[in-house]
Order: sequence, then C-alpha cells, then structure tokens
Amino acid sequence: MDVAIIGIGLHRFGRSPDMSGMQQGASAVRAALADAGLSWKDMQFAYGGSQDAGNADSLVNELGLTGLQFTNIWNGCATGGSSLHAAYTAIKSGEYDLGVVVGFDKHPRGAFNPQPKDWGLDDWYGETGLMLTTQFFALKTQRYMHDHGITEDALIRVSEKAFTNGSLTPTAWRQQKLSYDEIAQSAMISDPLRKYMFCSPAEGGAALIICNAEKARQYSSKPLYLKAAAIRTRHYGSFEVFAPSQAMNVADAPTVTASKAAFELAGIGPKDVDVIQLQDTDCGTEIIHMAENGFCEHGEQEQLLRDGATGINGHLPINTDGGCLANGEPVGASGLRQVYEICVQLRGEGGARQVGNNPKVGYTHVYGAPGLSGVTIISK
Amino acid sequence: MHTQIPIKEGLFTWPSSKPQLLGSRCSRCAEATFPAQPDCRNCGSRETHIVELGDRGTLWTWTIQTFMPKQPYHSSETEATFAPYGVGYVEMPGGVRVEARLQPNTAQQLKIGMPMQLAIIPFRSDEQGNDIMTFCFTAVTEE
Repeated sequence: MDVAIIGIGLHRFGRSPDMSGMQQGASAVRAALADAGLSWKDMQFAYGGSQDAGNADSLVNELGLTGLQFTNIWNGCATGGSSLHAAYTAIKSGEYDLGVVVGFDKHPRGAFNPQPKDWGLDDWYGETGLMLTTQFFALKTQRYMHDHGITEDALIRVSEKAFTNGSLTPTAWRQQKLSYDEIAQSAMISDPLRKYMFCSPAEGGAALIICNAEKARQYSSKPLYLKAAAIRTRHYGSFEVFAPSQAMNVADAPTVTASKAAFELAGIGPKDVDVIQLQDTDCGTEIIHMAENGFCEHGEQEQLLRDGATGINGHLPINTDGGCLANGEPVGASGLRQVYEICVQLRGEGGARQVGNNPKVGYTHVYGAPGLSGVTIISK
Repeated sequence: MHTQIPIKEGLFTWPSSKPQLLGSRCSRCAEATFPAQPDCRNCGSRETHIVELGDRGTLWTWTIQTFMPKQPYHSSETEATFAPYGVGYVEMPGGVRVEARLQPNTAQQLKIGMPMQLAIIPFRSDEQGNDIMTFCFTAVTEE
C-alpha cells in the first residue's frame, strides 16, 4: 500500500503570545484539513506529539470528539518524524485509509534544560553542567572541523543562507537577513558556534493529512507520495548527545543508517533528490548532516558552501525555508515543518523561495536526543 | 576544616592522593564505560566489573560553556559570579572517552590532542558547609 500526502498545514513558527501550544496545533490541523478539502470527522486516526505543550490527544477538545484513534508520540526533537513514521506504517499496513499527523509546541525562552533522570542518567551529570544540547553540538562540530578541514567560513555561510531563506518565507520566525560580518562578529556561545549559528526553542504547529495512495485522487488534484519513512537509533560507537562517555571505536551515526534505509525503501539515491531539509539545530550539524545523509563526502562542504551550492538557486538546495535556524524549534512541530516545506516546494508553491527546475523528489531529515534520526523521501 | 564529599560515590577514587577515574569493563567483550554500569552497552552482557580508567588522557574535543546553565545545573554560583568553563571529551588509557569539565576556559588554552590531568575539585557547598567534590581535567603543565 503506497502512502500519499494530500493536505498540509502550518501555524506560524516563532511566538504566538495569545495562543497555547495546543491551539497552535489545532490551527495547523484546521489548515491541513482545509488544504485537503476534508473535515475532522473524516479522520480515521491521528498521531501527534509535543514536548512542553500538553498531550496531543487533548486536541480532540478543540477539534471534535469523534472517537478516532489518537496516539501520542514523543521522541525528542525527532517527535515529528516518529509521528509521521507511525502514520506511514498505519496506512501501509492497510489498517487505515485516511488520517492526520500533528505536532506543536510552546517552549519557554532560553536553552532547553533536560533532566538527567528522563534520559537514564544520574543527577551529577546535569548538576555539574554537562547536559546541554548546545555543548554537544559544539563538541561534535569542533571535532568534525578538525577531522575534515572545515573552517569557520563554512559555519558563517550556513547561517547567512538560513536567514536569507527566512527572509523569503512568510511563515518564518526570523525574517531579517544577516550579513556575513554580523554573523562572524556575533557572540561566541559555545566554541566554535556563535549566537547566530544556533536555533532557538520556539512555538508553532504543523500538520499533514495522510492517505492511502490509491484513494488520493478522490481528495486531491495534487497528491504527493511518501516513498520512504525510516527511523533509526544510535549504534554503539556513534557520538551522540547526553553521553557521559563514548566508545573509542567509531560507528555510523543514526542519520547514516536512517538515510540508507530510506533510500533503499524508495529505490533511489542521493543524486535523485531535488530539494532537501536537514536538521540544523546549529550550523555545524547542517554541515555534518550534509555528508551523513549522503549528499556529499565528508570535507566537501567547505567548497560547496563557498560555491553557494546549498542556496535556493544551487544544485543542492537545503533548508529553503530557513530551517530551524530561521524558524526556531518547537520540538513537536519541527520535523513536520520540514515535510510541509518539501511539499510546498514539490507543489511549486514556494513563491520567492521556490527552487527552479520543477523539483520532483524531496528529502527530510530530523535528529533528536539521545541519538535518533528520522528520514522521509517524498515525490510527485 | 570542611568535609569533602564526592558529588556521587563511584565516579572516582576518593579520598586519595592520586585519584583515578572509575568505570566498568565488560567481562565478555572488554569494552569500558563511564560511569560504571552493571550491563554492557556494546554486547548486552550483565557481567561487568569496576576498573580504574586512569588519571591522565588526551583531549579529543572541547567547547566552552559561556552562559550559566539553567536548573538542573546546581553550583554555588550566581549569574554575577558565574565563570565560563571548558567542556570536553578526554581519551583515557582505560579505553573510553569521558566527558568532563575542563579548567582551561579560553580557546587559546585548549587544543585537540593536548595531554590532560584529572583533578578532583570542590564544586559547591552543601547546607552544612561541606565541599561537594567533582572531577575535572586540567592542562598538563610538567612532564
């Protein structure tokens, strides 16, 4: 059974002071239903998740008590990817024909403050200040730059691209372009990563209407097809967040294994992809994820970024809506925002940020603590 | 005289004039981990034993924590007294990379591959005025 995406909805990322996180989730569902020309009572199932804004299944209080199966998902920053994967398997199995995937969140300002016990760790690890995601991304980037000859120039160029793309995206949180020098001179937060090289926790909602591909044309004149969805967790030896120690031998990251699994499912390779979304919690991880997802060799990023290859008009357009850097990261919604953007691009509805050459295949990648990745491949 | 209490028993030998980091090693596959745990992350065996991981290592990667973390961070500092600290992974002779606070806290003082020395330091005071001790690494100054 193939899987189609027939409706997409987004509640603007950033800050919505007058709305709860859940209301932003409901807003995204309503937008996705309207896009598909369907109503809430048509939905047979729902998967949804949020980190800080409540249990997703409470959305029925806003949307209607229709008795549908509603399962809550939480998988760190990969929550959206895991929700979509659950919906993908529900359709593929033949159990259901039509349902919704939703993610939303509303985080307080400032860096996340995860609690050691939630991650199977002892209190001392958090108390002594070793459990910050910002630190991990800086530590991984620092080593990666050392091993693969990446310089600060590449980090700055990722940030510059993100805010340029954000300035072209009406739903983005950060719509102000930043100059190379503004980024290069911004405060050092966690060496080698500066202020404008990190995304911030934010608010927002995203939703997708998913259906059995055989029935997609009944509902939509422009269905897209979810050719693959894969989630993988870390192997022994991969360098991941929230790790008081790590092994000496180095294993492939979960991004590598999830990416390979997704390409295998879809029967295509990285060269067949026209438009890409990669988890960019910070500039270093976007660079690392370019290679881990198979779009270049380790170390090639420096030249690709210098050549503008990952810009909207480049041959490897990445994070066309500005990614997490320009949209912020509402954890529950973030992975679904990536899919939303890919659908916009494949439909040719990207406006000022539309990539050229009629893109046919898109790719999304999300990464979450404590070391899992979710990849989807979407085609026309 | 303050009493010096480890932040958690079993992380390092204490009290000791030459403290060692403590971990566990799998009796089946010989992989080491820190902190010690009763099962093996590599092969799933339940047979592990406590081992000394050493007191010197090599810096594998590093960063600097420039802002005071939110709770669960629990030091005796305030926003006004907070001092940036280094964070890194140190390759230990026991065969594992251990995440730790680093005393050097500027980019000029830190370089991948530099030798590092374990130190046990007072981290905060408890309500009775005892020193709560944790581990960190300092730069090796003499050979």
